Amino acid sequence: MDALLQQFFNLDVMAQAWPLVLKGLGMTALLCLAVIPLGLGGGLLVALASLSGSRALRWSVRVFADLFRALPPLVLLILIYSGLPFAGIRLSPFAAVCLAFLLNASSFYGEIYRAGIESVGRGQWEAARSTGLTAGQAFGYVILPQAVRNVLPDLVSNTVEVVKLTSLASVVSFTELLYAADMARSVTYNASPIVLAALIYLAILWPVVRLTSRLEHRIAA
Amino acid sequence: MPAPILDVRALRKSFGPLEVLKGIDLSVRPQELVFLVGPSGSGKSTLLRCCNRLEEPDSGSIRLEGVELMDRACDLNAARRRIGMVFQGFNLYPHMTALGNVTLALRKVLGKSRREAEEIGRAALDRVGLADKAACHPGELSGGQQQRVAIARAVSLEPTLMLFDEPTSALDPELVGSVLAVMRSLREAGMTMVVVSHEMRFAREAADRVVFMEGGAIVEEGPPAAMFTEAQHPRTRAFLQEIGR
Repeated sequence: MDALLQQFFNLDVMAQAWPLVLKGLGMTALLCLAVIPLGLGGGLLVALASLSGSRALRWSVRVFADLFRALPPLVLLILIYSGLPFAGIRLSPFAAVCLAFLLNASSFYGEIYRAGIESVGRGQWEAARSTGLTAGQAFGYVILPQAVRNVLPDLVSNTVEVVKLTSLASVVSFTELLYAADMARSVTYNASPIVLAALIYLAILWPVVRLTSRLEHRIAA
Repeated sequence: MPAPILDVRALRKSFGPLEVLKGIDLSVRPQELVFLVGPSGSGKSTLLRCCNRLEEPDSGSIRLEGVELMDRACDLNAARRRIGMVFQGFNLYPHMTALGNVTLALRKVLGKSRREAEEIGRAALDRVGLADKAACHPGELSGGQQQRVAIARAVSLEPTLMLFDEPTSALDPELVGSVLAVMRSLREAGMTMVVVSHEMRFAREAADRVVFMEGGAIVEEGPPAAMFTEAQHPRTRAFLQEIGR
């Protein structure tokens, strides 16, 4: 029992690792600030394209979204970071992670937006256009707000997934939360920094997960 | 005779192999209230929805105050704000208040300031008897109230023509009267209106002209008194008798 506490919940080691882990947390936050807006924006474009009148555009975007939803994000990340240099394209770890997660996240967000947009009745579009609003105005003021509201729990859940996904960046030596904690582990020969990182993920994401359950409940009610 | 506000010529529309409008001619004069009646599937709603090109006609001509809406160069958004439309299902924006529903196009289409738009919007809600419901969301309103907000939304843009697509069909019987009362007051204020509806009593007392459609064509038209009592065509007589019972 004592050995377990020593190896996993050693407060001294955690205190020692804290500055490093905190730096990692900062990088994780930076990564989220880049990837989540990119994914949300890219996803909107994916959804719009998959609902467009052009058959060619619709099909190419469907293939795009299917491909990047089916491909494991870790495989995608390693392909971009370690594969692309063979084609003469060398990206920094940060850029590689952003690109890989942009492709992955926008495909998932895109499907969610699409479901949301399709859940808004055609009558809303007709009413908006009948008052002289342009297609863009009708979409922005009438359709999108309702679409987002209808799929808000899914958008938030997917955002939780994206935050968790950022831990994969450790694989390409990007010093985010997990990578920093693992560095601390290897220096201290103690697992407590990893436990610390896990607790930080939990502290951030647990309230968000609760929130999605409540949102789902509210929409079902 | 004054120039027509709306002049539809040889309008055709098919859904796949089904021809829904077989070359319709319809002319609506200023301040006229035209009632479109006919069995379901006769094409009356499609005709109405073609008038502002919510439904895209295959061919023909639609002139609004002399401007050809079927022209490639026609600014459809500019034309649409002069054609108010009221739908069977109200189609209010559920995420906005009653006032927000009315002011959206005032601000974004006519470019009014928020203050100005709200002033006009409140006056429009007052006109349909709902000044006290400005801050309510559609979900908090009865069907009759929702439809009156929808009318206020259309009227606030000061259209030259109003289209009503079965405005009372989705309402409980006891709520129909409040909507018809608003339509009657619009008529008294001189609004030009085209109405698709089964409210025959309203047609009889308020319409200037009743147009009977069947199978995508206009069978017969005339003033309500004549149409209801001495229709020429046996199909018209059969329909009006059936529905008037």
